[in-house]
Amino acid sequence: MPTVTVDGKAVEVPEGTFVLEAARKAGIHIPTLCHHEALEPWGGCRLCVVDVTKEGWDGWCKLVVACLFPVEDGLIVHTATERIIETRTVVLDLLLARCPDTPLIRKLAREHGIRKTTFEVNPEPTDCILCGLCTRVCDHIGVSAISAANRGVGREIAPPFMEDGPPDCTGCLSCAEICPTDHIKYRASMQSRTIWGKTFDMVRCPTCGRAHITKEQAAFEARRGKVPESYFEYCDACKRKKTAQTIDGLSRTG
Amino acid sequence: MRIESRERFETFQVRAGKQAARIKTRIVVCCGPGCLASGSQDVADAFARELKSRGLLEKRQKIECKRTGCHGLCEAGPLVALEPAGILYTRVKPRNVKDIIEKTVLGGKVVERLLFKDPVNGKRIEKYGEISFYRNQTRVSMRNVGRVDPFDLDDAVANGAYSGLVKALFDNTPEEVVDAVDHSGLRGRGGAGFATGRKWRSCRGAKGDRKFVICNGDEGDPGAFKDRAIMEGDPHSILEGMIIGAYAIGAHEGYVYVRNEYPLAVVSLEAAMADARKAGLLGDNILGSGFDFDIRISRGGGAFVCGESSALMRSIEGKVGEPRAKYIHGTDRGLHDLPTVLNNVETWSHVGAILQKGADWFAAMGTDKSKGAKAFSLVGKVRNTGLIELPMGTTLRRIIYEIGGGIQGDRPFKAVQTGGPSGGVIPESLLDLPVDYEKLEENGSMMGSGGMIVMDDRTCMVDVARYFIDFLIEESCGKCVPCREGLKQMHNLLDGLTLGKGRQGDIERIERLARGMKLGSLCDLGRSATNPVLSTLRHFRDEYEAHIDHGACPAGICRELTAFEILEDVCDGCHLCVKACPVDAIEGKAKKMHVIDDVKCTACGECFNVCPIDAIRHFPKNNPAGTSPREEVA
Repeated sequence: MPTVTVDGKAVEVPEGTFVLEAARKAGIHIPTLCHHEALEPWGGCRLCVVDVTKEGWDGWCKLVVACLFPVEDGLIVHTATERIIETRTVVLDLLLARCPDTPLIRKLAREHGIRKTTFEVNPEPTDCILCGLCTRVCDHIGVSAISAANRGVGREIAPPFMEDGPPDCTGCLSCAEICPTDHIKYRASMQSRTIWGKTFDMVRCPTCGRAHITKEQAAFEARRGKVPESYFEYCDACKRKKTAQTIDGLSRTG
Repeated sequence: MRIESRERFETFQVRAGKQAARIKTRIVVCCGPGCLASGSQDVADAFARELKSRGLLEKRQKIECKRTGCHGLCEAGPLVALEPAGILYTRVKPRNVKDIIEKTVLGGKVVERLLFKDPVNGKRIEKYGEISFYRNQTRVSMRNVGRVDPFDLDDAVANGAYSGLVKALFDNTPEEVVDAVDHSGLRGRGGAGFATGRKWRSCRGAKGDRKFVICNGDEGDPGAFKDRAIMEGDPHSILEGMIIGAYAIGAHEGYVYVRNEYPLAVVSLEAAMADARKAGLLGDNILGSGFDFDIRISRGGGAFVCGESSALMRSIEGKVGEPRAKYIHGTDRGLHDLPTVLNNVETWSHVGAILQKGADWFAAMGTDKSKGAKAFSLVGKVRNTGLIELPMGTTLRRIIYEIGGGIQGDRPFKAVQTGGPSGGVIPESLLDLPVDYEKLEENGSMMGSGGMIVMDDRTCMVDVARYFIDFLIEESCGKCVPCREGLKQMHNLLDGLTLGKGRQGDIERIERLARGMKLGSLCDLGRSATNPVLSTLRHFRDEYEAHIDHGACPAGICRELTAFEILEDVCDGCHLCVKACPVDAIEGKAKKMHVIDDVKCTACGECFNVCPIDAIRHFPKNNPAGTSPREEVA
């Protein structure tokens, strides 16, 4: 297994690990916004920049993003050099100009010594930092109901053709849950759930009455997992109880 | 007819050569981008009609009229050359066709008024070989552009096409081909200048049976059109290079990625590919050598960022063309995550010539680290605009004054912008700079795709920087924060300066942001986006300071900061400015002094540009009594 040194601490990590993970293993914090353990690294927020070098590189350092740079044996990583701090500060300054009211960005910026952006504040403040986590998790699940539309400054996360009610959305809420700034809003009740301008009927557990899954998601998961749709009739907790009852000696109620 | 061996190809070559040599007069009409735009298609049609009606197209007449790619001197188009005499006619209209046929083709005399007029001494020049624009060029990648009919394989072969391929396939092992390209010192002509031989070698050594070669034809820099000229004018040179490259690295599939805005390039490439397939030069068992290779065309969707290699590959895969981090080289994991060699159009078209004439021949041209010749699109305020190819190391002065014929209207030269939105400006003090990869980069610019925009004193450097930033704002993909948000803020800062809203500390703000973008951006679009800003700041910092400190634009370009007035004692009432003013803001009778109405004036500067006796001056709007800002700065 390759050994890498992060800010002086040596850690051994498996082949194919990225620097970010190695740093975390070494107990060194590197800020990120677009990274999530469940998803492929993407390299969009640029907060996790680090300097890498190696014995024999004649002191030459390469500035890379930790989330995407694969480890190699003998790699030496610095996570807080002057140019790293400078890059991170500019990135956070820019994000603060885009999202002046977003708590997460304000907090991160403050940690880097910025209370007020030095740039022109976005006249239409938003909470969306375009980290792409929502679209990537949607792709990962296999739904791809939303995606990034337009390019450059005009980039935004949207359903196809910017129309409300993306046809493929199953209302699973993964996008809203993964969103680091809570930009993606939804409404939920015992009967229905609304997200992206689409309203879903809920499947309610016959035992406990919990609205635990949307009908669309149940159908999608049944198709994907090759199980009957009735599998999703009961909520997970009640399903466990029901299964336990069928096993002798497990059930307390007998 | 399918050519199935080297011998058969050589027979074909000899026959094509003989056929070409039979022609006694060849009328060569330029149908390159510039000439097409000025109507060369009609000229070519007129020639075809006129020759046919006179029965001159019959075989025994030995006269041929052919349409070729770009001749280069776009400024003077439509161009018609007469071979083998070497006569060049400029600005030819369909109505001149009869004259040319009667006087020159049949009568052996020249039509004086259609000859090229030397911009310096006003003399008419008969032969293009004597025009300084052509005389000083060395054409390698564009060796056949403007010489061959792109839709005629025989013509291309008669002019040497595919002889490099024959040598590669039959006289060299793949390893030797890589060595030859390596030895020639060829470097990527797309801008970054990576050693082509090294790239090929690492792909050749990469694991995997399936490999790809890709030709990057996504040329999109403002002012650059050399790749377009090659794709449209000599597609066979690209195909030849790609086949050689594929043979060298062991690939059997190739793609040409053509930008959406180049439909004519697709037409000529497709025709060339069909001809080459029919002749056995492309497809299975090329020329009976046992080597299989074929090419497909992939059309872009109109995104500049797809010229970036990783975005281009995603685009070919049918995914959104966004760059990704390249910590693993494309030569290991490129298209479909398989080993891939991606080179620029111009790079590929060099390869055939290198194999044909030898690596030493190529390496003998150019400078220490930049070998061979380089194509440039010479545009802007220079007299002879057009497409040129020169040995590396030619000085800017020579390019602009000898080949370009100097600055239009004899205005003072201010700077030349090279490398498009990723490049920078080079000021007058560096005119003797030999142009190669290193020298340009040392001075804050880069080779880029070979665009060269010449600027005169009527250019505001802050405005130039803003222009390129605005171009990139439209083209940034928006994936990474520094490029997406940084470009917007850079625009705000520069826009503020040109509007007179600059604040103290703006230069430092610009520099800090530029550094952050350079360090932090994901791909080279964002990383190099700050070059136009940083290089103008480096060479013309005084102009930035004038905008901030005095609210003045020294060049008199930024409209919000500039006003114009007519000098009483100089104006002779010639009326030119009155005619030029688009908003009728100038009043005055002929032969009497004219006056500009400040309320109507939009400060466009048209009057200033047309005044033949410098009777108009511009001054900072906020300081009418002040001296000309130019003097102030000096």
